[in-house]
Parts: sequence; structure tokens; C-alpha cells
Amino acid sequence: MYARTSATVAEYFTRARAAFLVGVSPSALLLLGMFLVALVIAPWLLNDYLITVLIVVLYFAFTGQAWNIMMGFAGQLSLGHAIYAGLGAYIAAVIFKRFGIAPWIGFLTAIPVVAACGATIGFLAFRFRVAGVYFAILTIAFAEFARIGFDHFDYVNASAGLFLPVAQYAQNDLWHLRGNPRMFYYVILVAAAVAFVICRALLQSRIGYFWLAIREDEEAARAAGINSFRYKMAAVIISAVITSFAGVFYAFFYNNLFPEQVFSISRSIEMILGPIIGGIGTLFGPILGAFVLTGLAELLNAAMAAVGVDIPGAKQVFYGICLLLVVVALPEGVWPWLSRRLGLTGRRR
Amino acid sequence: MANGGLSEPGLRPVPIDVYLNVAVAGILTGLVYGLMALGLSVIFGVVRVVNFAHGEMMSIAMYLTVFLFSGLGLDPLVMLVPIAAVLFVFGYALQSGLINPFIARPEHSQFLLLVAIALIIVNTLLIVFGPDARTVQTSYALDSFQLGALIVDATKLYAGAAAILVATLLFAFFRFAPVGKAIRACADNYTGALVVGLDVKRLYALTFGIGCACVGAAGVMMTLIVDVTPMIGPAYTLLAFVIVITGGLGSMAGALLGGLLIGLTEALAGLLFTPSAKSMFAFAILVVVLLLRPQGILGKRLI
Repeated sequence: MYARTSATVAEYFTRARAAFLVGVSPSALLLLGMFLVALVIAPWLLNDYLITVLIVVLYFAFTGQAWNIMMGFAGQLSLGHAIYAGLGAYIAAVIFKRFGIAPWIGFLTAIPVVAACGATIGFLAFRFRVAGVYFAILTIAFAEFARIGFDHFDYVNASAGLFLPVAQYAQNDLWHLRGNPRMFYYVILVAAAVAFVICRALLQSRIGYFWLAIREDEEAARAAGINSFRYKMAAVIISAVITSFAGVFYAFFYNNLFPEQVFSISRSIEMILGPIIGGIGTLFGPILGAFVLTGLAELLNAAMAAVGVDIPGAKQVFYGICLLLVVVALPEGVWPWLSRRLGLTGRRR
Repeated sequence: MANGGLSEPGLRPVPIDVYLNVAVAGILTGLVYGLMALGLSVIFGVVRVVNFAHGEMMSIAMYLTVFLFSGLGLDPLVMLVPIAAVLFVFGYALQSGLINPFIARPEHSQFLLLVAIALIIVNTLLIVFGPDARTVQTSYALDSFQLGALIVDATKLYAGAAAILVATLLFAFFRFAPVGKAIRACADNYTGALVVGLDVKRLYALTFGIGCACVGAAGVMMTLIVDVTPMIGPAYTLLAFVIVITGGLGSMAGALLGGLLIGLTEALAGLLFTPSAKSMFAFAILVVVLLLRPQGILGKRLI
């Protein structure tokens, strides 16, 4: 009996692995492998500034991947993802600061809270047929509600902001997420890789196909017997929980949290720019988008620094122009176009 | 007379006439909110595009007002029509240049286009005018009218009256003017409008222009009531959405009603709790409306 079970389990894994790699061309796999190796060795070749830039890139690749589950896979436009990151950040930071409990436990604590928050928004929206633009507004409204609420929440220092003791560069304490940029780099790299694998696995599974069906035509999906309410709820909750880890990371990397920033609309918009520019619903879109956007923004910063001017808002104008150009010229995003150019079209979703 | 007990709430039970004064002030502000939301509603009702840059357009109008007031000493009430006209041109150009090609695109695509426009507007204003709050100090800024126990700020009264005037003109335009009727025809039946030979693209551009003119007029009057910073754009976009969804997206009367409701709620919430938390109550109303009547109080009718 046991032997049979273990054989079944082994077989399941073999089949799962086969399914996981199905349709991946060898050249694509090779490129992906080289890309990953480059990312792994990068921090040993770069200075702290460039490592920090790469951390930002991977952070947005991670959040973009999480947001993409909702919009790219299930077709639900959320413009309030800052609420999930913000809740994760505040919960982990508060219990670390007040009780000295490690952020990993903090993340586990945040999971049920964030899942409940996502479920509430999802329930309100999907039960009462709040769809499309209305749904997007509802998500913003919740994020704004949280922003104003936290601004008046004295336990977390309200609008004065919550500060964590600044990280010690000397020793890396992975358990308490205190360390130098290189440690943070590997944390977010692993997180982004895990998010990528999760998204790939989700897309290859039943739920992934159900999501795509709902995204393409919800009525038809329902007619085919898919419980669209349940799967849309699943999309919101999974996306919310993954996003909340980004918040935990953010809190411990930057060591300060202000409701005004953490929950602001611009934070939500920053999260969604990467996947939109890269390509909504693709697996590499969020990664490519994060690289393109952060890379160009850093170049802009460097250019402004070289000229000796500091214009607040210039970066956002630049983001706006990028978004405008992509939406007008490449509505599918950059990745589908690029993958066709590279002959990797099999990867498109 | 102008500061009749409004400044120290919370010490003793607040007298009833304070509530009344605050409620009236809230309703007058709500009328301006309503006019702003009316623009959004008209655009959505006809063009079926959600103007995510609505509050940002209002902040353009507000900065124009502040700029002309401090530079040339022009009174905001005098500039109502010219600035609305400027915003009309802006909206017309935006629709015919950028948005018309997006009419057949998916909803989220249109939405993102306007998010991009909003980002550009907010931060261009930030670059040009800086982050500090600007204000218009008219000669009548501190005047007030007294009617029994009721004390009404002159600025709010003028703003509310102007909002009613503009909204009435708009209703009349859509009801009686041939172009207004043609626009309604586009809203009712796109294909039908094409068949009878209406230039739908131009009418869409006109509609977007009219919606922007509304929000421009609202912006001029809003400078009488609040300070302007670049960052108020997104906040008012959100507020306009809350109002329009509360009243019923696509319903003109609903937008005005929603504006009144939200204005009143904000004013009373500011008195009973703390002014900085007043928007929370607007969002709470939004959630309640979405739960009980997702199409909004006055339903989802076309104009």
C-alpha cells in the first residue's frame, strides 16, 4: 500500500515536472538558465549602488508577477495592490519592533490577515457583480481607506511613521532580515524566482486554464461549468498573499513606513507598470518590464545627477510617457513582441 | 460673525445650529463636487471611456485660476467661462488625438491610457509649480451671509450657485440643442448614430470637451474653497468616481445627487470625527452603495 502510494507520488512528480517544462524550447531554457546564472553571480561583480538598483528591479518583478495573477491570468484589474503590500509591511514591522519576532513569522502572521482582506474585496466585488472599472475603483477605495485609517492608527505611530532600527552591515542575520544589500538581494532574488515558478505552475494547472477562460469570456466560462466566483476569489487571495511578502521585504529593506507612501495610489501604480510594459498575462513580462522601467528610471536619475539638477516628479512624468507609449504602440506589451523577435513565441500566454 | 463657534468642536455638546451651518457648507461644496462628477458622468455616459485623469484636469483648471489671479489679479468668478473654454479645447484635443483610436480597445487598455495621462499631468504640475499649496485670497474670501442662525460663507455660496447655473445650462443643452440631441443619440445607439450620418468621432470629442469644461468650471470654483497642490488631482479623481458610482454612472442627476451626499457626509464627518479622516466616510458610502445598489442611487441610465 505504502509502496504504491509512494510510487504514485513519484509518478505524480515526474508527470508534474514533465508538464512544467512542456512546450519550453531548449533555446528558451538555455537563455533562462544563463539569465539566472547572471543574476546569481551579479552581486559579486557589482557595487552596492548597482546591487540596490537590482534589488528594486527584482522587487518590481516580484510584485508584478503577483499582480499579474489577478489581471493577467484572471482578468481582474486591481489598482489597489498597495493595500496588500502595506498590510504585510506593517504587520511584520510592528511585531518585530514591539516583540522582536522575526519577519518570517511576521509574514506568516500577515498571511491570514491579507488573505481576509483580499477575500473581503473579492467577495464584495464578485458577489455583487462589481466588474471592470467599478472593480478597479473599489480596489483603490480600499487602499485609500487603509491609508487614511493607518494615518490615524496610533499603535503603528499613525502619520509620524514607523521606523525599524537600521540594518547592521557587519553581519547578515537572515532570520531577522538584518544585513547588507547583498543579503537582501538574494532574498528578493529567491522570492522572485519562487513567484515565477508559482505563476508557471498555476498557469499549467487546472486553475490556470479556468482563469484564462474567465479572462477571455466569463459568461462562456460559466456556461462551461466553471465556478467563476470561486476562481476569481482564489486569484485575489493568491495574488494578495504573494504581494504581502513584498511588503515585508520593503519594510525591512527600507526600515521606514509611512501610511502616506505605503498605501498611496502611486505605489499601486508603480507595481502594475512593469507587467503592463512587459506584457500582461505573460510570465516574463513582469520581469522584463521591471528591468526596462527601473533601468530607464535609474538612467534618468543618473542623467539628472550628471547635469546637476534634481527635479521631483520627473521620474513620474517619465513613467507616464513610457506607459503612454506602450499602451499606444505595443498594447500587448514588450515581451510578446520581443519573444517573437527572438523566436521564442512558444512562451506566450 | 464669520467664525461663529466653528473653531472649537468637541469641548462641549455642539449646538444644533453649528450642525446646520456645517451641513449647509457641506451641501454647497457638494454642489461643486457634483459639477465635477457631472463631467465624468457625461463622458462615461456617451463615450463609454472612464476618465481616470478627471481630478488632474480639475487641478489644471485650479492652477490656471491661481496663476491668473496672482499674476493679473483676475477674479475667479470672471474666469469661470474662459477657463472652462480652455479645458474644453484640451478635452477636445485629447479625445480626437489620443482617445478616439482607443474606443474599440479593451476597457483596461483605455483605463491605462488615462492613468498615463494622469501621471503626466500631476507630475508636470509638480515640476512647474512645486509641491507647495497655492491659494486664492479674494476680497470676499472672509465675507459671510447671515440668515437667522445660519451663517454661510460667501465663497461657498457663489461656488454653489455657479455650479447650479452650469449644471442647468448643461441639462438644457442636452435636452434642447441639436448638438446635444445628437450626442444623446450617439450615447443611445452608436451604430444607429453612424447610420443616420452623425460624425460620431467629432461628437465624442465634443462630449469629452464638455466633460472637461464641467470639471474646469468646478475647478475654478474649487479654488474658492480649498488650496491647490499637485497631489490633489488623484484624490479628486477618486472622489469624482465615488460620487458618480454612488449617484449612478451615466446619470446626470445622479452625479449631482451623489455630489451633495458626499459633500454633506464629508462636512459632518469632519465635524463629528476629525477632518483628515473625512474621506473614509465617502469610501464607506461607496462600499455600502456597491453592496446594496451597484448601479448607483439613480440607476444606470444613459443621458
